Amino acid sequence: MNQETKIAAVEAAGLCRRYGRRWALIDVSFRIDPGRAVMIAGRNGSGKSTLLRLLATAIRPDRGTARLLGRDVRRQLETVRRHVALLGHYSYLYETFSALENLQVVGRFIGRDTRREALMPLLAEVTLAERADDPVSTFSAGMRKRLSLARTLLQDASVVLLDEPYGELDPPGFRLVDRLFGTLRARGVTILMATHLIDRGAALCDDGIVLEQGRLVWSGPARDLPGAGVLDPATLPEGTA
Amino acid sequence: MRHLMAALYKEALLQWRGRAQLIAVLVFGATALLLFSFAVGPNSELLRPIAPGFLWLALLLSSTLTLAESYQAEMEHKALEGQLLLPASHGALYLGKALANWLQLVVLGTALIPIMVVLYDAALPRPLALIGVIALGSAGLSAPGTLYAAMTHQARSRQTLLPLLLFPLVVPVLIAAVKATSLLMLGDPMGQVRAWVVLLIGFDAIHWSLCGLLFGRVVED
Repeated sequence: MNQETKIAAVEAAGLCRRYGRRWALIDVSFRIDPGRAVMIAGRNGSGKSTLLRLLATAIRPDRGTARLLGRDVRRQLETVRRHVALLGHYSYLYETFSALENLQVVGRFIGRDTRREALMPLLAEVTLAERADDPVSTFSAGMRKRLSLARTLLQDASVVLLDEPYGELDPPGFRLVDRLFGTLRARGVTILMATHLIDRGAALCDDGIVLEQGRLVWSGPARDLPGAGVLDPATLPEGTA
Repeated sequence: MRHLMAALYKEALLQWRGRAQLIAVLVFGATALLLFSFAVGPNSELLRPIAPGFLWLALLLSSTLTLAESYQAEMEHKALEGQLLLPASHGALYLGKALANWLQLVVLGTALIPIMVVLYDAALPRPLALIGVIALGSAGLSAPGTLYAAMTHQARSRQTLLPLLLFPLVVPVLIAAVKATSLLMLGDPMGQVRAWVVLLIGFDAIHWSLCGLLFGRVVED
């Protein structure tokens, strides 16, 4: 099939979003084909999280359009949400529920098998099997992140949005994210990952985009992204803005 | 239906884990009844006819605490947003929360009845019918209360905002519930209680259908 006629996994055109009087995203446009992994880089406050939350339909664009698998994020909320999963800054967890109960609530909503034996392998994958029955309120930040990862995986989405997935994790947690990233890629899932770990992200992803003060200032192959967190647009290699 | 069952499962877990809160609200309601009785004085001839009104006032004041609290767990890590993104249907999320709040108010109202009987020396000729009226009146409080609690749960002054928005809207429900309760407790020689109960059912039907439709607009960005 011709690349131009294939439905894009994610397509943004002129996306704008503001909070009060401050524009967090300005005229952002890009296209991502199914199965690609794209890294989103940029300084704090550059609009990475806003972009991911917008694509996940947590917030709406003030201008422009975004489509996930051909569905409009503004008008086809429910359809888009069936195909997308967001691992964001918010864990979406209930403090008083156990790890298992948190997954069971999600599983019941999306019609997954919520029996203990069906969910324990997922908790084992994020090394929380031994704490399955403990309330989340007793978890460390890293453990919450692992549980959020499990929650995201449970959704079995076609497009997965990862916002700082390495945040709060220890070195084994980093390796866990890398491994899960590989699993998702093997399944053909389209991944957008916002991270400050440029080298790590560049090694995992096919493409990269850089945001600067809400604008998309660079896009190109992820391996061409500058290393070690240098994100001054002037230092970026040749790509397309 | 699957979403509604999931929402009810979540609410049942939340209610069970937060059961200490219900006891605290019950103590608050009982204290309110006690204070009202102190304000009127020890004369049981005066206390008896106003007992139904004070029962509903205590329940209304208690309801603002339970309704506001019902979104606390949803706020902590944006859990409500997490469910919206799953996607969970707005109607199911609303119904689950409103039913949980309704059940809590029915339990609270039922538990306040014996306290009212003792403090106000009130008669209780038809206890089951009274529980029925409490169930209908609570439904009229919990439906708009759940919607307004969703609207105000992110506001800094939500404990003040919620009653400011809710109380004017539930005045008709309150009047109908107090009238029906009075007639059940003090006698109904003209057979008027049925009319007030029908009015309560009417308000409930309007509130539950309208608030269910509006919930999506309130919780989405």
